[in-house]
Amino acid sequence: MTDFVHPTLLFILGALPIPFLRGPIGKAYLLLIPALAIVVVLTIQPGNYGAAQIIGQEILVAKVDKLSIVFATVFTIMALIGMVYALHLTHAGQHVAAFIYVGSALGVVFAGDYLTLFLFWEGMAFASAYLVFAQGGRKAVAAGFRYLMVHITGGVVLLGGIILHGVATGSLLFGPIEGEMGAAAYLILAGFTLNAAVPPLNAWLTDAYPEATVTGAVFMSAFTTKTAVYVLARAFPGTELLVWLGAIMALYGVIYAVLENDCRRLLAYHIVSQVGYMVAGIGIGTEMAVNGAASHAFAHILYKSLLFMGAGAVIYVTGRRKLTELGGLYRTMPLTVALYMVGAFAISAFPFFSGFVTKSMVVAAAGQDHRALVVLALTMASSGTFLHTGLKLPYYMFFGTDQKLEAREPPRNMLVAMGMAAVLCMAIGVFPQPLYALLPYPVDFQPYTGVHITESLGVLMFTALGFVLFLKSLDPENTISIDTDWFYRKGAKYFMWLAEKPLARYEKAVSNVSETAVLPFLHGAARTGLRIDVAGVDAVVNGVARSILRGGGALRRLQTGVVTHYVLAMIVGLIAAIVVFAVAWR
Amino acid sequence: MIKRAVDFFGDERYASQRRRLFYLVLVLVVIADFLVPREHAEYLWDRLPGWSAVYGFGSCVLLIFVSKFLGHQCGIMRREDYYD
Repeated sequence: MTDFVHPTLLFILGALPIPFLRGPIGKAYLLLIPALAIVVVLTIQPGNYGAAQIIGQEILVAKVDKLSIVFATVFTIMALIGMVYALHLTHAGQHVAAFIYVGSALGVVFAGDYLTLFLFWEGMAFASAYLVFAQGGRKAVAAGFRYLMVHITGGVVLLGGIILHGVATGSLLFGPIEGEMGAAAYLILAGFTLNAAVPPLNAWLTDAYPEATVTGAVFMSAFTTKTAVYVLARAFPGTELLVWLGAIMALYGVIYAVLENDCRRLLAYHIVSQVGYMVAGIGIGTEMAVNGAASHAFAHILYKSLLFMGAGAVIYVTGRRKLTELGGLYRTMPLTVALYMVGAFAISAFPFFSGFVTKSMVVAAAGQDHRALVVLALTMASSGTFLHTGLKLPYYMFFGTDQKLEAREPPRNMLVAMGMAAVLCMAIGVFPQPLYALLPYPVDFQPYTGVHITESLGVLMFTALGFVLFLKSLDPENTISIDTDWFYRKGAKYFMWLAEKPLARYEKAVSNVSETAVLPFLHGAARTGLRIDVAGVDAVVNGVARSILRGGGALRRLQTGVVTHYVLAMIVGLIAAIVVFAVAWR
Repeated sequence: MIKRAVDFFGDERYASQRRRLFYLVLVLVVIADFLVPREHAEYLWDRLPGWSAVYGFGSCVLLIFVSKFLGHQCGIMRREDYYD
């Protein structure tokens, strides 16, 4: 254990002093821990660490291999960027929650057994929920509770699957689930896909993320769905169901994004869409597809956080989040615009940006696996991605109708964080080899071919043509969209109605019945009981008592106080005893 | 420099320049797609130069109108106080 420092420990123990540190020292400390974690992950050696036995179960706290290292690397980098972005916050609570959130995500990524995994899985849910609650206000608190309820439900489903799996196989070690898919495997899959926001289990994400704090949403956009992608890649590679769920997901997010008016909710729908590529890649399950999914997760975390940071900067400066209320900010926030657009080009997979070298790997793997429909669906989703995050959102947020908003560039730490993410988005796009070297399998893929570049540009530029021609149809509207959260949001209302109306009426009816019929009966029964008590039971008791009293009086008369009488009685007794002994005993 | 680039995309006075540049890029992309060597063609559309342009444009239009149809006609889009 001496040669291995678990990065989770760094974050979770490292969170303890945060409330006591102030000023420049506190800020330096907030950056020191993620920086240390990056060093730890870069120098980590593959292997198994922290094996133990707890209540008869094998525990493996850390299983380090190439797949976990890819995710841990980007998680720690993201933790540093996120902390830089949040550095201006003076409330320690959000920093502590972010540290525990990141630490738990790393705990899941290194978990070698299901119990460790589950522990950190729940840790993530609670720590991230705090980032929603911290926003304050009725909407955020309600969304936070919904978020927590959904994740706790998902956690219970996962735990059920884990227990069934453990009973069936006799081991709780975390690895690929082999053989026929049984109830245990489906429950675990449901728990994992809930965190990956696979429809119809997606609505918690688009419900809660836009309600989180400006800095909290940046962390949330990075960790929960991508740990779910990691566990899916670990346990369910090559599961056919995931291919189709992934392809549907990619389009689902894009369709909802057309309708969305809230800038961060639009971006949240694009998380659903982008995670669709990863889920599809895992479902295809070939080496290239899993490489594609892992590398796309890596790139996605960086560009999606950049987009959330850009939208967050706008919210921080203007206090507005609806596209219908934004516009014309490019004059006052040119740096934010430029940095946001780097993220937009990266998510849209423009050549020389990170999405180009990762997303295409998933699409190419689908092509190699002879899945024409999946290729077409994912390419269509790419068009939609550029349409929204690259064109619609920046157009209505930064350009479009000038709303004459008072704005300025956000604080410098926010710009620096965005700059870090932007540099990485471009660096990965231009030099993909270091990322490819990190991937779990050897990479035999060349993103920069002539055909690939012209085809990508063809799709993207003609999407832009469609945007220009049909701009009026895309005008944001003051609406919200019904998603699968309708079932529990309206469902809860119906449940409350049920509790207040029919159940209350039923309760009233029951009490009426008891007053008109049951109570008189009870009264009668009580009176009868009293009569029986007085006439029967009391009489018996009194009779017994009187007999005892009489017996006592008779005994008292026998006690004369004369010694000779007692002696006589003793002698009579002795003789009687001897007679009994002599006659009866023998 | 960044401010000038951003202004180019925002200011009204560059509108015609912007439009010309945009159409030039569209034409160049299609021409490049015809010239690029295609030795590895897995699917039918891989052999069709200009396919990606048609598919990109078609996808964009389809997504806009299908989504808006679902939103308006199938009752997905609701007033903001729908859940209140």
